[in-house]
Amino acid sequence: MKVLMFGWEYPPYNSGGLGVACQGLAKALVAQNIELVFVLPKRLGDFAEPFRFRFANIGNLSITEINSLLVPYITSEKYKLLANGVEPGGQYCSTLFEEVKRYALLAKRIAESESFDVVHAHDWLSFGAGIAASAAKHTPFVAHVHATEVDRTAGKPNRYIFEREREGVLAADKVVSVSGFTKQVLVNEYGIDPGKIEVVHNGISVNKYSGGVSGIEELKKLGYKIVLFVGRITIMKGADYLLYAAKKVLTYDPKVIFVIAGAGDMEGQIMRQAAELGISNKVLFPGFLRGSELSAAYASADLFVMPSVAEPFGMVPLESLLHGTPVLISKTSGVSEVLKNALKTDFWDVEDMADKILSVIKYKSLHDELAVNGARDASVCNWEAAANKCIGIYNSLL
Amino acid sequence: MSSICFYFQVHQPLRIKKYRYFDIGTKSAYFDDDSESNLNNKRIIHKVAGKSYLPTNKLLLELIKLHPEFKVSFSLSGLAIEQFERFSPETLESFQRLVDTGRVEVLSETYYHSLSFLHSKDEFKSQIELHAKKLKAVFGVNKPEVFRNTELIYNNDLAVEVEKMGYKGILAEGADHILGWRSPNFVYSPVGVKKIKILLKNYKLSDDIAFRFSEKTWKEYPLTSEKFASWANAINGNGEVINLFMDYETFGEHQWEDTGIFNFLRALPGELLKHPDNDFVTPSEAVKRYKPVGAIDAPNYVSWADVERDLSAWLSNSMQEDAMKKLYALEDRVQKSKNRKIKEDWRRLTTSDHFYYMCVKWFNDGDVHAYFNPYDSPYDAFRYYMNVLADMEIRLTKNG
Repeated sequence: MKVLMFGWEYPPYNSGGLGVACQGLAKALVAQNIELVFVLPKRLGDFAEPFRFRFANIGNLSITEINSLLVPYITSEKYKLLANGVEPGGQYCSTLFEEVKRYALLAKRIAESESFDVVHAHDWLSFGAGIAASAAKHTPFVAHVHATEVDRTAGKPNRYIFEREREGVLAADKVVSVSGFTKQVLVNEYGIDPGKIEVVHNGISVNKYSGGVSGIEELKKLGYKIVLFVGRITIMKGADYLLYAAKKVLTYDPKVIFVIAGAGDMEGQIMRQAAELGISNKVLFPGFLRGSELSAAYASADLFVMPSVAEPFGMVPLESLLHGTPVLISKTSGVSEVLKNALKTDFWDVEDMADKILSVIKYKSLHDELAVNGARDASVCNWEAAANKCIGIYNSLL
Repeated sequence: MSSICFYFQVHQPLRIKKYRYFDIGTKSAYFDDDSESNLNNKRIIHKVAGKSYLPTNKLLLELIKLHPEFKVSFSLSGLAIEQFERFSPETLESFQRLVDTGRVEVLSETYYHSLSFLHSKDEFKSQIELHAKKLKAVFGVNKPEVFRNTELIYNNDLAVEVEKMGYKGILAEGADHILGWRSPNFVYSPVGVKKIKILLKNYKLSDDIAFRFSEKTWKEYPLTSEKFASWANAINGNGEVINLFMDYETFGEHQWEDTGIFNFLRALPGELLKHPDNDFVTPSEAVKRYKPVGAIDAPNYVSWADVERDLSAWLSNSMQEDAMKKLYALEDRVQKSKNRKIKEDWRRLTTSDHFYYMCVKWFNDGDVHAYFNPYDSPYDAFRYYMNVLADMEIRLTKNG
């Protein structure tokens, strides 16, 4: 079985979960004896993986430029710029939409020079490429949805992106969604036949880095409890709700520090909100963490919170659990479908969120049980199972 | 001769409402949820009474009138009786009518359906006395002769203790690890006692009704009264008493009416009586009539819960142990307190169900736990419980 796979980013040149998921799935497929060629829009770097890469080489940009910011999740402020015909400054290319179009054109050429049985493309940025490649060789097309525009924008989608997503899933012979949650969005918002969509939950690869130094440890020595958020600071991720809950928590226990790790277009707004709530001294913004710094943050936290408004899957709680830290997650998340041993809340119910945060901080046995049992849930989320499901889907199409 | 001994457990806990951390020290009504959820105790009583207690009581009364030989026994927790008084007097009246026939025995247990034997012998005895008083007041019965501990939790020490209190019989699970190759269908003697006898649940036949009745993948499905009677008849000649112990909610609540459970029960006494050597006994009659055939040694606790038949449903994770420890750490202060409301609330917190809801053994037994858990997760059950204990502590401090 030969698979031509289209992605947009790849670790370590990734801005979030999409690249990590592509890597996890591709490696697990190859481990199951699938022949795989992974196509990226341009040469991001040299990867040492057990499969070949192809690069569409759009725009002939140099790697340094690409390294600056490669953002498949474009943000609300950037939409405004794009809508007004303004180029988002210092970005990936002239415009993202141009990039996506050219990726599709170049994908056709790549497809013509490769032999494969199935095309598998990840998210809307690669759907155009997937459609073109599948048309070139008349092979089945699998569209893999990791996130939808409806979720990214909390229900106010950019029409152009929405249409590209819809075009991709309509053209696909089979759609893979990362959760039942996302499947429902595809059915309700995009009008896709539920019989065409298969849920394949993401796996998780344990990436524990040692040697990271976390200033958080110093705060813990002073008796502070640490509540951690890791994610893009955008409307989808709900950091604003967490701050309202933080305000309530701090009125009952001032010895708590909230760490908001990540970057995003709402960063300024969230910092202002912390100031307005009068809790700036209890909220830290270390920026985007990766590698050993991220590991250290996970390991030193007392509780990890994912308050997402909408989360197609959400791998960060699983990472946290594998570092031994229990989690409180939004009910509107895909990961909630595979994670039983977690506290769960409605993102808008800040009272409940605060109550649950306080419980974990106050009751050590609760913390310990959530950590141990949650880690067991996380450890069975592996890419092998996800790859096997995908292989089943390929076979059903041939 | 073999005698059928039915014992039905009737119990409803007072479930704790969603008592938040912010509520500590501000409100002390813990059990008054009035939402549409399964934390609303009044709502549960109405639901279970309608589906199970009322129709089953009516049916048993008919059967008692129809078959002069038919008799059964009940254990009703004090909390269940108390909630019938408050929320469903007609349910209590229907139990009273059954007891008034003289062919329905009521057994002794701890008023609060608690695990107190594990932690405080004094509290254990107090709760048994409270229960006996309640039975006297409600059913006009004198102290029962047979005791059953919460969830059939049992060990050698319990038998010794209960004998000292004057009981003639005690019930337990016929677990393989205390019976070994022996049959549950005889009366036995606990080790270390002089006179008290033990009746052991025939878990195979009991669970055929309680758990497997409507299980379509079971090879014996559908279970008819004829088939069940034939299994009981097969024991005749090699067993003296068949102990069918189960939750009373089996009828109509765990097995819904549409499974045919009521028709099964309606036909069962008649089918069993077709065999001339079958009859019915109550537990006190069984221990009087039959001689023990051997000794039962249970150095470790057994219970009727889960596949393990041990204490793990209530005490197997650090939250359960933490909660239990903190509950009994308050006991001294509670007993010394003159405040009756504080004492009553604390006792309501001793009910075993609170700990059952905190159980994390989701897999295998997990389905059963999830079905009986009114909280979103065992973690939530624990959180609300601990918040309530924190409030109890504040009340005790305020009371001096």
